[in-house]
Amino acid sequence: MTATTTMTIAGHEVDTDHEGYLQRPEQWNRDIALEIAQEVGIAALTERHWLVIEYMRNQFLAKGSAPSIRALGKESGVPMKELYQLFPKGPAKLAARIGGIPKPRGCI
Amino acid sequence: MTTTMPETTAAAAQPQTIEKVSIIISKGSLEGIYPGLIMANGARMEGIDANVFFTFFGMDAITKKRMHKIKVATVGNPGLHMPTLLGAIPGMSSFVTKMMMKEMEKLDIPPIAEFVEMIADTGAGIYACKASVDMFKLQKSDFVDHVTDIITVGEFYEMAAGGQIVFT
Repeated sequence: MTATTTMTIAGHEVDTDHEGYLQRPEQWNRDIALEIAQEVGIAALTERHWLVIEYMRNQFLAKGSAPSIRALGKESGVPMKELYQLFPKGPAKLAARIGGIPKPRGCI
Repeated sequence: MTTTMPETTAAAAQPQTIEKVSIIISKGSLEGIYPGLIMANGARMEGIDANVFFTFFGMDAITKKRMHKIKVATVGNPGLHMPTLLGAIPGMSSFVTKMMMKEMEKLDIPPIAEFVEMIADTGAGIYACKASVDMFKLQKSDFVDHVTDIITVGEFYEMAAGGQIVFT
């Protein structure tokens, strides 16, 4: 399930799982984020996107797991309605993928 | 005689992912309401369109007067592993509910009222069943503002077309 493959994103070699989530957050940078965003259908990353992405990333780096969607809506600075406008195909999942952290495993 | 197999082509054309779910919540106990809410929120987290249809006692979850008083059924609930007579002791249901809510809070599962609001904010539709509304003599004003509409069974099926239906 967590079989890691190596792929090249924005010219950088990174380790990902089979769904394209980075397995080593330290390999991430903003160019990688932009290319992944394009791939998941988000043409441009606004400041509001970055707020969410950085919150996800910082929480993961601090706690070792991604925040719940409830925490994301309450604490990221972007309310729930807007989260879904920014990331229609799932805010927690997409922000994690773009932010270069493993896929969140929580049910909430 | 040769016959074509339309099922085969239909199956081949099936998408690999679920695009839409319509979730029915029909029970009014805590353990009857939460699974549907978690499924609905979880669908939205995956980018799946979701509608939640509250019917019968499930409507307590969206009824202003009742949504904050929803309890675990401590009688007739073998899953609790509690003797029926013990479950019937006054205050037992409140006590078990309190314990369970505490555990859920640890997992960041919100109380029902907050959860319903959260699900509405994800863009999911929140609907009450017209037959139940008529039966319990309720009005739109009895429900929280997040309730999109009161709809008939026919309207529900129309809305559910092309997706999966989950009954809880």
